[in-house]
Amino acid sequence: MKVSIPAIAALALIAGAATAQEIRPEVKARQGQFQTLSINLGILGGMARGDVAYDAVRAEAAARSIAGVSMVDIAALFPEGTDAMSIEGTRAEPAIWDNLPDVLTKWQAGRAPGGAGEAAAAKGPQDIGAALGGLAGACKACHDAYRTPN
Amino acid sequence: MRRAVRVGAAAAVALGAALWCASAPATAPAPFAGPPGDAAQGARIFLASGCGSCHATPGQDDPLRLGGGMAFATPFGTFRAPNISPGSEGIAGWSVADLARAVREGVSPDGRHYYPAFPYASYRAMTDGDLADLYAYLLSLPPDPAPDLGHDLAFPFTIRRGIGLWKRAFVHEGWVMAEAADPEVNRGAYLANALAHCGECHTPRNAAGELDRGAWMAGAPNPAGRGRIPALTPDALGWSASDIAFYLETGLTPAYDSAGGHMVAVIANFAQLPEADRRAVAAYIKALPPR
Repeated sequence: MKVSIPAIAALALIAGAATAQEIRPEVKARQGQFQTLSINLGILGGMARGDVAYDAVRAEAAARSIAGVSMVDIAALFPEGTDAMSIEGTRAEPAIWDNLPDVLTKWQAGRAPGGAGEAAAAKGPQDIGAALGGLAGACKACHDAYRTPN
Repeated sequence: MRRAVRVGAAAAVALGAALWCASAPATAPAPFAGPPGDAAQGARIFLASGCGSCHATPGQDDPLRLGGGMAFATPFGTFRAPNISPGSEGIAGWSVADLARAVREGVSPDGRHYYPAFPYASYRAMTDGDLADLYAYLLSLPPDPAPDLGHDLAFPFTIRRGIGLWKRAFVHEGWVMAEAADPEVNRGAYLANALAHCGECHTPRNAAGELDRGAWMAGAPNPAGRGRIPALTPDALGWSASDIAFYLETGLTPAYDSAGGHMVAVIANFAQLPEADRRAVAAYIKALPPR
């Protein structure tokens, strides 16, 4: 088979473009972290609402996961150039990089409700419901200022 | 030619006089009959109506310090929420009839129109009983000395008499959905429309700022800037009634994402209301006609 040089060059260009579009590991990591939070909040929420039967072991595992994620230091997951104006596939407001200390403070503020969630999970659905409000409040505090609208 | 000018001038004077009369606020507050309000019930009306979300002093944590001052940037200019605490800069000396006229008709005790940034077009359906309760509650809150900051508007929106014409043309009785068979839906319609004024953001407006009643709760551009206020009509919102009630309590969507924008304030209020109120709003949202 004969392959022309221009065809190879074109293929190389396409491959290069594909590499450039690849999502950086820091972005993947932070998005995975938010997904982990969301999935575990979903487990607790389902029990709080009575959609799923209360199961202390599952509830505590979910709450522990949320508290665990909240302990991660996210500073390393927000490198320069990974805001919504610079790359596709993120809703990270450029304002994050103007106010990194505030972002980190707001993230750390989620640790107390994370701990409260663990305590509530052991008690029952009613307590979980009350704790979810606190957790959601911590999420909102950051999303209001630092996530682009849908 | 001279005659034409005279006729034209006379017509202009007549038109001016007609506009002046048409734009005038009602001269006296309507008599307000009914028993004195209950402050504890008024707290619920206050929360459901979101009074504090606009009138609380910004930059501090007390949601019951109603010194005003929050700024709202709009295409007409910047509006600033006034002080509605029971102090001398607020509603000290107001009667319940004064409050009723302000909240339902958008007219101040000294007879001036309020701008419709104050959602009286929604509050106009508030019952006498709820108003009396709200009045009792507002008077029970601490007075705040913050002075009124006024608005920064572009001409011709600086002419308050213009609001009188706007009200005549665009403020309508009632809301889109007819009385439903289910009392919970009707209770939800009252909560969502007369109190929580959901339609003020979730219903699109025309260039004159009139709500498009053919697209009730069908979503609209965000008046505060980027993005859109989501549609709540059943064709667009796939949430169950339980999803909606849970969202209004916790701020968590069915995907367990968190609420954003002005809904954060709405949820902070609704989380404090009885579960039955959140369920009623959810029942009404589910009963909305599709777009």
